[in-house]
Amino acid sequence: MPKDSGIGASTKRREDVRFLTGAGNYTDDINIHGQAYVHFLRADVAHATINNVDTSAAADMPGVLHIFTGADFEPIGGLPCGWQVTDKHGEPMQEPKHPVLAHGKIRHVGEPVCAVVAETYAQARDAAEAIVLDLTELPAVMDMKSAVAEGATKVHDDLTSNLCYDWGFVEENKAATDEAFTNAAHVTTLELVNNRLVANPMEPRVAVGDYSPADDMHTLHTTSQNPHVIRLLMGAFVLGIPEHKLRVVAPDVGGGFGTKIFHYAEEAFCTFAAKQLRRPVKWTSSRSEAFMSDAHGRDHVTKIELALDSDNNFTALRTETYANMGAYLSTFAPSVPTWLHGTLMAGNYKTPLIYVNVKAVFTNTVPVDAYRGAGRPEATFQLERVIDKAARELGVDPIALRRQNFVTQFPYATPVAVEYDTGDYEATMAKLEEIADMGGFAARRAESEAKGKLRGLGVNCYIEACGIAPSNLVGQLGARAGLYDAATVRVNATGSISVMVGAHSHGQGHETSFPQVISEMIGIPEDQIDIVHGDTSKIPFGMGTYGSRSLAVCGSAMVRAAEKVINKAKKIAAHLLEASDADIELKDGQFSVAGTDKSVAWGDVTLAAYVPHNYPLEDIEPGLEETAFYDPANFTYPAGAYACEVEVDPDTGKVTIERFSAADDFGNVINPMIVSGQVHGGIAQGIGQALLENCAYDEDGQLISASYMDYAMPRADDLPFYEVDHSCQTPCTHNPLGVKGCGEAGAIGSPPSIVNAVIDALQSGGKNVTHIDMPLTPARVWDAMNNA
Amino acid sequence: MYAFEIERPSTIADAVTALKGEDAQALGGGQTLIPTLKQRLAMPATLVSLSAIGEMKGVCVGDDGAVCVGGATTHASVAKEAAAHYPALAEMASHIGDPAVRNRGTIGGSLANNDPSACYPAGALGSGATIVTNARQIAADDFFEGMFTTALDEGEVITEVRFPVPVAANYQKFVQPASRFALVGVFVAKYADGVRVAVTGASENGVFRWSDAEQALSGELSANAIAGLTVPADGMISDLHGSGAYRAHLVKVMTGRAIVAMT
Amino acid sequence: MASVSMTVNGKSVSGDVEGRTLLVDFLRNDLRLTGTHVGCDTSQCGACVVHVNGNAIKACAMFAVEADGADVATIEGQANADGSLSVIQQAFQDHHGLQCGFCTPGMVMSAAALLKDNPKPSEVEIREYLEGNICRCTGYHNIVKAIMAASGQDVGAIAAE
Repeated sequence: MPKDSGIGASTKRREDVRFLTGAGNYTDDINIHGQAYVHFLRADVAHATINNVDTSAAADMPGVLHIFTGADFEPIGGLPCGWQVTDKHGEPMQEPKHPVLAHGKIRHVGEPVCAVVAETYAQARDAAEAIVLDLTELPAVMDMKSAVAEGATKVHDDLTSNLCYDWGFVEENKAATDEAFTNAAHVTTLELVNNRLVANPMEPRVAVGDYSPADDMHTLHTTSQNPHVIRLLMGAFVLGIPEHKLRVVAPDVGGGFGTKIFHYAEEAFCTFAAKQLRRPVKWTSSRSEAFMSDAHGRDHVTKIELALDSDNNFTALRTETYANMGAYLSTFAPSVPTWLHGTLMAGNYKTPLIYVNVKAVFTNTVPVDAYRGAGRPEATFQLERVIDKAARELGVDPIALRRQNFVTQFPYATPVAVEYDTGDYEATMAKLEEIADMGGFAARRAESEAKGKLRGLGVNCYIEACGIAPSNLVGQLGARAGLYDAATVRVNATGSISVMVGAHSHGQGHETSFPQVISEMIGIPEDQIDIVHGDTSKIPFGMGTYGSRSLAVCGSAMVRAAEKVINKAKKIAAHLLEASDADIELKDGQFSVAGTDKSVAWGDVTLAAYVPHNYPLEDIEPGLEETAFYDPANFTYPAGAYACEVEVDPDTGKVTIERFSAADDFGNVINPMIVSGQVHGGIAQGIGQALLENCAYDEDGQLISASYMDYAMPRADDLPFYEVDHSCQTPCTHNPLGVKGCGEAGAIGSPPSIVNAVIDALQSGGKNVTHIDMPLTPARVWDAMNNA
Repeated sequence: MYAFEIERPSTIADAVTALKGEDAQALGGGQTLIPTLKQRLAMPATLVSLSAIGEMKGVCVGDDGAVCVGGATTHASVAKEAAAHYPALAEMASHIGDPAVRNRGTIGGSLANNDPSACYPAGALGSGATIVTNARQIAADDFFEGMFTTALDEGEVITEVRFPVPVAANYQKFVQPASRFALVGVFVAKYADGVRVAVTGASENGVFRWSDAEQALSGELSANAIAGLTVPADGMISDLHGSGAYRAHLVKVMTGRAIVAMT
Repeated sequence: MASVSMTVNGKSVSGDVEGRTLLVDFLRNDLRLTGTHVGCDTSQCGACVVHVNGNAIKACAMFAVEADGADVATIEGQANADGSLSVIQQAFQDHHGLQCGFCTPGMVMSAAALLKDNPKPSEVEIREYLEGNICRCTGYHNIVKAIMAASGQDVGAIAAE
């Protein structure tokens, strides 16, 4: 019988009511009296020297308040990078300056060059057209391998080359790995591209800066996944504003998927200009601007090799990846192809030797950073594709080959520096075989063939590292921040509770799921508990929401704070019940003395805390509010197995997803309905990457897929109903809820099975196609079939 | 968008007068023009909205049996009102854009714009339609003059489009996955005096008639009849979504499918 | 500037707008009805879908002056008179048909238009009808399910929560 509240219940989301009635409060819904509007003049060339910026005519246009250029920001700090990677020689990465407004040079199409602030948005845009830029165009640095060749044009003149870093991992394993390849019975090699994507949350970014001279208070309303991180980065590194004079508010945010983690120039600009002009300054991105200013995702070019012995055991894995950084280092960009990618190359398998090489490269493109999965989809894709290719080359069943090489003993220390605490990969694979009805595939294939279509089945496993992260560990790896989280549990006098959390909900449903945990712990109804998030002036601290970390890290902080509250409340109850606090039990909102019928209600205890007439004031303080910071002991390791069935139209190359099944192990699950929804959305993004989405540039650095006219977003009729299951649960061993995180799994786990399925379909039709780079558009599939 | 005024005349005559103003431009349903204005790619002083002109809306059957569609008739109205008279045309209209776009976008706007990937040009050319304007009648064969170019003069308004009703017809659209316009769309119509095959989405010159196929099909309306034909890739659009060769291939595939659907 | 008058969610409203003022801007900026959202500038995402004279349209692709005299319905007017959620809104909540909520107003308005014309749409009909409404969060699974449920169809057999 499913539970109807607390942990494990599919409680309907309370936040839905405001979203369904048009009562949400998104950043663009915020209008401050007297606000001015900024329009950014953005570069329309990829690479150029700025000789002169003439704003004189524009400054005289109607409504213009001020025009800012790169020179205005020269004395101020640039946008900081939050992660320093050390290369294989032990040297720090090359780290270019990242100006708020381009100064001296333009380095990508869309880079903000001037900012025009005017009384209306239209006036600002009109005036921007009157700005005269004197530019000398330079060759665009686009192809990564050419970019790191000797004599290549440099994106940043003050760096030695376009190579950000050349990272080897684990460098000590390299010789042994190479030797294992020499001794291998079989080696499978695959060269592939992990296509550049644009995250495309449906809400474009918005920033509203405000300044109060009376108390020197700066406020930034922004579309962020992590307002405290923005406060830290922007206050400390860009504008020099101490935390107590800077409030960052991220109200309802319309999706993030990673791209709203980062600190952007527009945020710093609006905050800065509001003080300069003594006017609130608002910026609302158009979708067109979003395509050329939101950090992009993925964009890896990889060669992967898998060595097997004569019994088909994996003996070694070796990869070489070129990772596009774009023109500047976005906030967490360097960590994505390294620590979020290399550490996952073991996958679900006990491959003993692994060596990963990553060359991060600057190009004249929009900066690339974390997008749903961030590094882990890239790792999963190459690994699960090369395994599939190996199975075909060896003539063995791809599922059997995976099973044979599964990690089965936990904890398991991989050769790439991480330790999986729990998992059961056989269980999720068995569950997948069941829900995907693999037994019925042959009949379905026959039906498709009768219609003249090709049908294929593809499978893959995945593992991810979530719940980022132990601060001391990531500090060693180059993170310039701690990655704990924080929560305050504030119990009100009559027993209701407000929980201030550092995680930010922008679709994940924290306002519903977090109270389920507190309700379970205390035994009061969920509607007695509210979650407060997204405002640095209201919550103690927080590192925000990304990397499937909210429940595993911030939820753990909340549990710890609630435990402190309960411990204190038990002391108060003990006093009221004239018993020892060791004998007090809390259940269903009642404190009772073990083995007696004496009890006192939650609300009576909380009231006593705030009206302490009969209260042990000599021992404990009045009030009932506790804060906890939680720093995780390890990452969490969700894992699972996915299957996709496709139909391919051999006449057109069009791929249709006929079935998609996902068996996940997320550890314990708080709200199954929300977890399924997260998986659905992730799968849709994975299908988007595999079949539809492609952020493409031409050789001059012009963005070709610059709107929804050319960037194919998955629509309802591109997608099937999904079969998802999360009943296989091996709880995380090191956090109090035993949870692992579920937000990215779908996007990480789905692309390989789709490509594997298409290859299976084509081979079933006698086409010797072994790989097609994503997205598998009809044209690409047709080309591959006709060149096979 | 740059600033402009909007006029909303209620008669064709008033619209024609208004369009004589300096830098005046007609506004049909706006589903293409408004995004274009947002990009600041057009700078009209006045937009003359045609959406309030009652005499330009609706579908009727003329004395000669042709289906007559008012120039300001929305795709949704054509889908509904032409269904009984010219099902293939109605079916085509029912898949242009999306439901909300179909409630605004108009046949006149689509034809006047002559987007190389739009559906209506294929429907009009494939049907040998007559484009009626405030000034004259233009045969579809003379109307389309290449990508975004038509025989319309400045200030000329499409008031009606007359479609001779074929014995059988079908439109096959292979969608470009992002825009959902036609990557290749083929409209095949069989008339007493022959078969017409009009192709959109494929050519750099916009909609065109595939005359080899028309000839082959006029003998026998079957997919076999075009089996030996090939479409040259020269002059075909080549972009992110497909090469010229791919589009040329799709022309034949979609033509074949249209024939199968008709027979 | 031109004056426009229209009925929005049953109330008469009027205002002075420029020629280039879009209906969505009039709703959001002049009337402060911020439930209608803008998610793109190419008339594709559908976050701005409202009803004009009973038809679903994209409020980002229609000028405010073109709605002069029209009857406009937005997400703010969809709940029942007593403030409870409409059948469609309730189905979206019951079936977790939304996550971040940004596309939701357009989805609900499109769903309402669909069900008015087609009271029992099939899965395929729903998916095709939503061609002009992009959601990045849900993968559409629960949106399709919610619309089927709102039309009185049994969705118990459809996979997953």
